[in-house]
Amino acid sequence: MLVVLRHAPHGSSWLREGLDVALVGAAFGQAVTLLFLGDGVEALVRNQQAGALGQKGTHPTLDMLAMYDIEKLLVDSESLAERGLTLEDLQLPVAPIAAQALPALFAEHAAVFNF
Amino acid sequence: MRYALLVQGAPYSHQAAHSALRFADALIARGHRLETVFFYHDGVYNASRLASPPQDEPHLVDAWRRLNEQQGTALLVCVAAALRRGLLDEREAKRHGKQGYSLEAPFELTGVGQLVDAGITHDRLITFSP
Repeated sequence: MLVVLRHAPHGSSWLREGLDVALVGAAFGQAVTLLFLGDGVEALVRNQQAGALGQKGTHPTLDMLAMYDIEKLLVDSESLAERGLTLEDLQLPVAPIAAQALPALFAEHAAVFNF
Repeated sequence: MRYALLVQGAPYSHQAAHSALRFADALIARGHRLETVFFYHDGVYNASRLASPPQDEPHLVDAWRRLNEQQGTALLVCVAAALRRGLLDEREAKRHGKQGYSLEAPFELTGVGQLVDAGITHDRLITFSP
């Protein structure tokens, strides 16, 4: 299954609820691919903190992905570049993917969950 | 085909729930089956038994209920998203020491695992988000 994360952390619960679906999918034995797209790439920026709103933050969840065997992590190269980010700015090793490759990525997954 | 819908928009705030219901009618009219609707994120508000819209507006909660009566559609609500937002069935209300309850059958509190399952076991999973 493919989980697409398109929202930045903190401003809404989209990212957290999307990550929850990925973790549960993995716990159910599914092979999970995560795609960070658009504002979703902000989730990966290193040195994040929980913030002032009493939220737990999503950065600790990212560190747990490997424990759940979620190892296929992809980031859209254009989304990164548009935000002035490079792979070195990110908390985790993720593989860049070009926009042209996205349709094939979506097509090869039986279930796509879009957050 | 066997369809599942994922509804993530609150009723009356966004188009998502209205569109999902229209899509449900359309797919049934074409001879497909709507087996599951999963409510997640703010979509859980669609399950509020206390929703009381003005009489000249569509009653979205009743529209979901009708789907269950007519098609046997399962109306599944993510328990983690629901409890945070104050949507508790009688059992959860008791467990959390709350006086009233805000969700009842045919809506069912369930885990996100059911959403993953719907994505895998149905022919189509269509998402309606704000």
